Amino acid sequence: MTTTTLDQAHPAKRSTLVEWLTTVDHKKIGILYGASAFIFFLLGGIEALIIRTQLMGPNGTLVSPEFYNQLFTMHGTTMIFLGVMPLSAMFFNFFIPLLIGARDVAFPRLNAMSLWVFLLGGLFMNASFLLNAAPNGGWFGYAPLSSRQYSPGLNMDFWVIGLQILGIASLAAGVNFFTTILNMRARGMTLMRMPMFVWSTLITQVLVLLSFPIITVALIMLMVDRTFGASFFSVGGGGDPLLWQHLFWLFGHPEVYILILPAFGIVSEILPVFSRKPLFGYSAMVFSMAFIAFLGFGVWSHHMFATGMGPLADTFFSLATMLIAVPTGVKIFNWIGTTWGGSLQLRTPMLFALGFIAMFIIGGLSGVMHSVAPADLQQTDTYFVVAHFHYVLFGGSIFALTAGAYYWWPKMFGTMLSESIGKVHFWLMLAGFNLTFFPMHFAGLLGMPRRIYAYPAGLGFEVYNMMATAGAFLLAISILVFMYNMWVSARRGEPAPADPWGGATLEWSIPSPPQEWNFTDEPIVTDRDDLWAQKRAAGVRTLPEPALSDGKGIHLPGPSWWPLIVAIGILIFFIGFMVPHTYAFPFGPITIAGFLLTTVGIFKWAYEPPDANATHH
Amino acid sequence: MSSTLAHDDAHAAHHTSLPVDNRKLAIWTFIGSECLFFATLISTYLIYKDTHAKGPGPKDIFEVPLVTAGTAVLLFSSFFVVMALNGAQEGNRKKLLGWLGATIMCGLFFLGMQVYEFNHFYHLGLGYTTNLFGTSFYTLTGFHGTHVAIGTLWLMTVFKDALKGRMPPAKALNLELAALYWHFVDVVWIIIFPVVYLMSLRS
Repeated sequence: MTTTTLDQAHPAKRSTLVEWLTTVDHKKIGILYGASAFIFFLLGGIEALIIRTQLMGPNGTLVSPEFYNQLFTMHGTTMIFLGVMPLSAMFFNFFIPLLIGARDVAFPRLNAMSLWVFLLGGLFMNASFLLNAAPNGGWFGYAPLSSRQYSPGLNMDFWVIGLQILGIASLAAGVNFFTTILNMRARGMTLMRMPMFVWSTLITQVLVLLSFPIITVALIMLMVDRTFGASFFSVGGGGDPLLWQHLFWLFGHPEVYILILPAFGIVSEILPVFSRKPLFGYSAMVFSMAFIAFLGFGVWSHHMFATGMGPLADTFFSLATMLIAVPTGVKIFNWIGTTWGGSLQLRTPMLFALGFIAMFIIGGLSGVMHSVAPADLQQTDTYFVVAHFHYVLFGGSIFALTAGAYYWWPKMFGTMLSESIGKVHFWLMLAGFNLTFFPMHFAGLLGMPRRIYAYPAGLGFEVYNMMATAGAFLLAISILVFMYNMWVSARRGEPAPADPWGGATLEWSIPSPPQEWNFTDEPIVTDRDDLWAQKRAAGVRTLPEPALSDGKGIHLPGPSWWPLIVAIGILIFFIGFMVPHTYAFPFGPITIAGFLLTTVGIFKWAYEPPDANATHH
Repeated sequence: MSSTLAHDDAHAAHHTSLPVDNRKLAIWTFIGSECLFFATLISTYLIYKDTHAKGPGPKDIFEVPLVTAGTAVLLFSSFFVVMALNGAQEGNRKKLLGWLGATIMCGLFFLGMQVYEFNHFYHLGLGYTTNLFGTSFYTLTGFHGTHVAIGTLWLMTVFKDALKGRMPPAKALNLELAALYWHFVDVVWIIIFPVVYLMSLRS
């Protein structure tokens, strides 16, 4: 009956493709973020497998040194900007409005624009492979290697311009989610009643808003150096290459917290539900996260100990870095405290969340080792560093994001993922992950450098590399198992009830999947873990299944083409800077065309009537 | 249905958690982010202002009187836009159009001054890539000028709406958002003016 009402409500039924291209629904946008990011994640994974096959034994000959440079650069760039960040964005999009009891984000069309800019930027950067000119200067693009003199091809242009485009998506989303969380909370949801994932998202957006402008300016300067022959980072013209490193890591260090804080949030949602206990030390969790974010802006130079900054700077950045271990330790103890004495339910999301804690501790410990400047000098640019950041990024972020995927999949798609396949996935991934990255600690301490396409025999690297390669393929198999699980769930998954896990937060009070308007009646929050409070008040373990509604009288913003068109305009605008031109004027015809399309799009968007193409209920 | 910038009107009636409109909060957030954008540009300028082995340096070319006039005009424009907003809130169309027109003229004058100044410097031998002082100076003030241009265009859009009678007091927020951005652009110049121009007067 509900479906009939909905069909009648559509004045002109739109095709499915048009519906997705013009959607402003945060849930559809979230799914599009997730689907595109997962494909980019697979691409980055294939790059990793080629790298591992090349390094399987000494003197590998699978790929050329030039292609190897492209592989490790694109692997890093893809996993950070096109994998982990947008996978987090999938959860921001789908769940922030649900967790705070809102019907959408503050700016639905801006949200759609972020998605399209991200997707087009990611496709643009990967299109470089078609020209055999993928970025090849490392994900950090160190000057002067990234200057025109040492990187004459289009490779680093793709990197500079691709990152610039992706930055626009992140900044727009940052403004949007910061406003949404501060201003769209349900009545009664004070800041200190917000679920921890909402807190982690809010703090992540602050980091995005304050760190992305820095890399934007740095990328502009690098582009100006490359395109117009300026010398911001070239010694020949009086420039200082170290300025690039400072600006890059002023952005780059907050960036690593942008990658890990959402993971903290996800795990902080899952552990209480599967321990049947509220989160231990809620306010300590909030403040430690804020403290980590604050310190995150004061430690960038620990990436630069090897540049010789002098004892004073080294000491300061060493101590500041060690200080970060304190709030991080507070979080780890609070997670353990949450599970302590709980009635643990070892379902798949919980397994991944526990796996996250263990793996993240290992990565955190090697991180503290790096903070000791003299030790770091030995470890810089070795596989020890590779081991460290994979323990925090894969063992941390990816484990937590996978936990979130298992936890929230039923809400997103209305079917359960298989528990038995999920457990196979977990154990394979845990084994494969440790087999890949643990031996890298030893290879690194033996002195194996990063970013080399081959190593000679007889230095003791062979066995560790062979183990890492075997582990990488095991990891790949675990991802295939995950994909099989998703396929099984889509084909014949058990239908999910509204509240499959006995959840504590508002998203479990509405049908799975949620209806377009999320909440038929706007919720009123009276407690932290509000749904548990409701269940306690009603004296039940699970609330009755919520009824579907026809959504009469609920106003939703209409779909719009303009976000997509503006995103295309932005892409064309930036592509214009890649075309070499002989005249002095900095803007070529392509840039101007892109600028005009963007401007027209923004005006059309701003003047689009509020109910254009809206669904009236 | 009349077209309007206030496309979120239908949502404006919605409850907000803080006593501030979504769009206003978003502009403030964006301004916070922009602070870091200009902080990075200004720091870079400070690092490179004395790097001019070739070509002119700051002391050779800056003409403080002209820029002082531009600065004054920009400062006054911030006052003018407040008066325009007051007119919009009162529903006083004449006041709104008059002061808003004056603000836009100030923006255009400032942009004209900058075009003249860049052209003048170019003829004194300071091209974009002549030396790092020039590159970082043009990049910093060029991006500030871009912001002034965007702000002027935004104010002109509101002016056009007001001219067509589409700016009732209920929509004064449309102007307030543009005005907030305008004030920010102005504040950035208040930092650039002493740091770039006045500091070059010292020995």
